[in-house]
Amino acid sequence: MSEIQFEARGVRKAYGRTEALRGVSLTIGAGEIVAVSGPSGSGKSTLMLALAGVIRPEAGEIVYDGARLDDLAEAQRTRLRRRQFGVVLQFGQLVPELTAVQNVALPLLLERHDRAAARRLALGQLERLGALDLADALPGELSGGEAQRVAAARALVTGPRVIFADEPTGALDTVGGERLLDTLLSAARENDATVVMVTHDNRVAAHADREIFLRDGVIA
Amino acid sequence: MSVSHVLLGVLAGGPAHGYDLKRAHDERFPATKAMLYGQVYSALQRLQRDNLVEVVETVQGGGPERTVYALTEAGHAELASWLEATEPAGPYAADELVRKTVTALWRGADTVDFLRRQRAVHLDRMRELLALQASVSDETARIAVDHTIFHLDADLRWLEAAAARVADAQQTTTPREAKA
Repeated sequence: MSEIQFEARGVRKAYGRTEALRGVSLTIGAGEIVAVSGPSGSGKSTLMLALAGVIRPEAGEIVYDGARLDDLAEAQRTRLRRRQFGVVLQFGQLVPELTAVQNVALPLLLERHDRAAARRLALGQLERLGALDLADALPGELSGGEAQRVAAARALVTGPRVIFADEPTGALDTVGGERLLDTLLSAARENDATVVMVTHDNRVAAHADREIFLRDGVIA
Repeated sequence: MSVSHVLLGVLAGGPAHGYDLKRAHDERFPATKAMLYGQVYSALQRLQRDNLVEVVETVQGGGPERTVYALTEAGHAELASWLEATEPAGPYAADELVRKTVTALWRGADTVDFLRRQRAVHLDRMRELLALQASVSDETARIAVDHTIFHLDADLRWLEAAAARVADAQQTTTPREAKA
């Protein structure tokens, strides 16, 4: 395996009395494409969110690039996410009041990029995903597949080192999903980015270099 | 007779010899076993016997003699009626995977490890097929590969459902047993 980028050791997380993760340990190499799969409620999304520093585990450690991620203060984790991670969620989750291009430019503006430069980069990313014609549309005017493409553009626009994707093809049919996945994964490979994608779709899992299969909050 | 019908389908595009037919078959069904020359020639003999194909030319060059076949009028009609008819939706024969899994569950064996290993085998095959699909340029070949991928996906979902049913049954029987 390539250089280790993520290491989880004995990670536990519960929501009330429900234990979502019951001691997960794993490593992910830099540039690796990994699918996290398993039945509903097996802890897939929780694991992804913990690796992305969105949620903090109650026990265990998450190491990113040799340093503890779960120990960082909220502000530091937010900064890390903005600078190094790109996230694609199911159904896109775009800001409804902003146009597609404004949505894609958002992570750049949050990092204080010049407005015109951010727009130019956002348009370029939309073009790479074959979604330039959607630039001025509001999320409400987009189909599920179009919203997913815009969300993928938003995740890729900062040139992230890691892409986290939760059911990236969830709103799409087989052929549309395949096309989006091809685009997302080839963009990741071009940038040597690591991809962690949560999926319950076996076909999507087969696109990954490796599968991490969860059952009842542990790796099966 | 379905392989023979595929050959009729190829010949509908114009006369061809055995080698062309084999190559066309293998290109259209890249995820299945390649056709053997023996299979091609025995299928052609049967089709010729049934008056569905005819020999239109025998080419003698430097190499071995090549017989060129063409579709007869009856061959065109047979192909059209085969394409027109729907296929029966089963019953599916239980294959080795089904027999083994059901027997293992019936014997109360620990299925988790078996499911994990079987899943890895299926996913590896899916990966190979996705790579194959990316490497072929013919859309109909991609569609044929899809069929195998979708069946592997169905197997995987069936294995998962089996695991879920077993877990469910264990959860619902435990309290009842405790009460008794």
